[in-house]
Amino acid sequence: MASVPQDHSHGHDHSHDHDHHPTSWTRFFTTTNHKDIGTMYMWFSFVMFISGGIMALGIRAELFQPGLQVVRPELFNQLTTLHGIVMIFGAIMPAFVGFANWMLPLQLGAPDMAFARMNNWSFWLLPPAAILLIGSFFVPGGAAAGGWTLYPPLSIQAGMGMDMMIFAVHIMGASSIMGSINIITTILNLRAPGMTLMKMPMFAWTWLITAFLLIATMPVLAGAVTMLLTDRHFGTTFFNAAGGGDPVMFQHIFWFFGHPEVYIIALPAFGVVSQIIPAFSRKPLFGYASMVYATASIAILSFIVWAHHMYTTGLPAAGQLYFMYATMLIAVPTAAKIFNWLATMWKGSITLETPMLFCLGFLFLFTMGGFTGLVLSLTPVDIQLHDTYYVVAHFHYVMVAGALFSAFAAVYYWGPKWTGWMYEEKLGKIHFWWSLIAFNVTFFPQHFLGLAGMPRRIPDYNLQFANWNMVSSVGAFAFGIAQIFFIWIVIRMIRGKSGIRAAAKPWDGAEGLEWTVPSPAPYHTFETPPVVK
Amino acid sequence: MTLFENRLTRKKLIVFTLAMFAFGFALVPIYEKICEVTGVRDFMRPEQVKNTQVDKTRTIKVEFDANTRHLPWDFKPEVTSVNVHPGELTTVVYEVSNKTARDMTGQAIPSYGPSLAAAHFKKLECFCFAKQDFHAGEKRLMPVVFLIDPNLPKDVNTITLSYTFFEMPGGKPAPNTAPPGKLDTQSAALNAVPSATPNLN
Repeated sequence: MASVPQDHSHGHDHSHDHDHHPTSWTRFFTTTNHKDIGTMYMWFSFVMFISGGIMALGIRAELFQPGLQVVRPELFNQLTTLHGIVMIFGAIMPAFVGFANWMLPLQLGAPDMAFARMNNWSFWLLPPAAILLIGSFFVPGGAAAGGWTLYPPLSIQAGMGMDMMIFAVHIMGASSIMGSINIITTILNLRAPGMTLMKMPMFAWTWLITAFLLIATMPVLAGAVTMLLTDRHFGTTFFNAAGGGDPVMFQHIFWFFGHPEVYIIALPAFGVVSQIIPAFSRKPLFGYASMVYATASIAILSFIVWAHHMYTTGLPAAGQLYFMYATMLIAVPTAAKIFNWLATMWKGSITLETPMLFCLGFLFLFTMGGFTGLVLSLTPVDIQLHDTYYVVAHFHYVMVAGALFSAFAAVYYWGPKWTGWMYEEKLGKIHFWWSLIAFNVTFFPQHFLGLAGMPRRIPDYNLQFANWNMVSSVGAFAFGIAQIFFIWIVIRMIRGKSGIRAAAKPWDGAEGLEWTVPSPAPYHTFETPPVVK
Repeated sequence: MTLFENRLTRKKLIVFTLAMFAFGFALVPIYEKICEVTGVRDFMRPEQVKNTQVDKTRTIKVEFDANTRHLPWDFKPEVTSVNVHPGELTTVVYEVSNKTARDMTGQAIPSYGPSLAAAHFKKLECFCFAKQDFHAGEKRLMPVVFLIDPNLPKDVNTITLSYTFFEMPGGKPAPNTAPPGKLDTQSAALNAVPSATPNLN
């Protein structure tokens, strides 16, 4: 594309690049620069992604054959629990906060995030939370083992690993809330002159809505885990039936957070895809306004469907019907987005570079995950499939193929802007096809397992499930290795191994202010705001 | 100027965040109130089972008769007769006392008049099902729970239930049997969905 092939002679004017670039080892502890903080978020996210991935491979190794071979059942339960929490709070969310930190000021023409020092703090809260989570494996009784949803009574009875988990959730929640306040303020107050809300890039729109979801639901989760904590240690009985409490109450409060959380993960991914598909179709995004309204309606609807996670708790029939229909309603704005992306590609002059490939993979697999979600929204079907591998397959199709694939797409799409070098296209394509095939080998058979009745979160299983579990485990290891390959590609990009310097605008179809600054983006950008017409 | 605006926005967002934290706790009483108002918690109360098999068009008079044979016991029903509809569950109580100064074991044998009523007289609980141990001078109230099958022939309007207590010399009481409908094997069968697997090692 429009990248400039260059020899290594740095034919590049250094004179304007002499901005204050701290070099001391304390740089990353004290930095308030949105680019440094964005980079740290991304590295943190990758480390947590690998940690959560190792836990997942422990699970898949145990499930390779029926019987107990690799881990004890107690450890298996800890692995499933921590895999969920680490991937959601440690890997996916920080990755997108990292993209937001790097890209929002560039996309909006702002010099930095609105609260630069708070930004530093919201990042540096994360490593202690990660240490608490990973460290909880090594305390007496081990890590929390009652599932990532922390349902009582198990979470009230568990050992000190649960206290560490609760504290980690508090810290990560505080970090997300501060990050969200920062993002909302940046988007509302720091846009370049002339950039009205309806001229913002979709990524900014989806993050604005996501940040509102975060500050609305994270405090509720913080409240829920605080109630768990006081039930455990201070004699309250919010969820303890013996004292007049109700364990199902926790599920209601948790899923008031938990269902919007699904969209907290998905919406920024939608934003990334809405940037990349127009760039590689060389057409503006189809139906921009309807995309904004669809995103907002998904966010609003996400607050009124929580009990579809609880069909088997003894909801009255009227409640089951309401939650079933409300859940199906979410398919409408989501489908509007899918069709808008398809219409964007329609008659576009499409090229299939790696970011676009990942977006197409996202589109195909996320739609499949959406359809299995519709299947699960049906109360009678869900009662049959509740807590089976069908559910596991469903949410991995939306979380991995949805959020993770779009995160990969974002790294390949904006990576040249961050590093100043193009990645190696051939390697990127290998990474895509490798991930796509391994992902489907891992998770597609889990649909069959779930339909046949295999329960989730159990280390052992009936012989009839042996074949597909073996296939799934082989796929999981292949997927894991593909991500080591991915980081190797990224490191080669950072080191400039492709030998191709990235132009200010390496993708000829891309739109937006971020492509008006040189690559790599200078340490300080837009100190004088650009004017948007 | 933007600094001021930013701080104002931040203040609003912090207030919103704190309000949501409080809302999380407020959800506890809110949910309880909703459950109370909508009656969602009704399933927590024991169900009132309604017998739909009662034939209100017929009324049968059931007379109770109590005898002893070579047994110095007092044995009599608390009421001598009741009027019941076929299908209606009825309980009557008999009073039994051992007038002697020794421990004794007896058993009551029922008989019906007319005898064809026996096939339509369903006893759900009866002291006659088992041998009864009585200590010297012991007195007990013993129930009979029964219903009359609606298929009782139309010309039968009165049934007499007559018990005769016999002594069982040296008899031992029947062992306690599990009450019907609480078999342990049933719950085991329900749990036997896939997870149980033989360990192949």
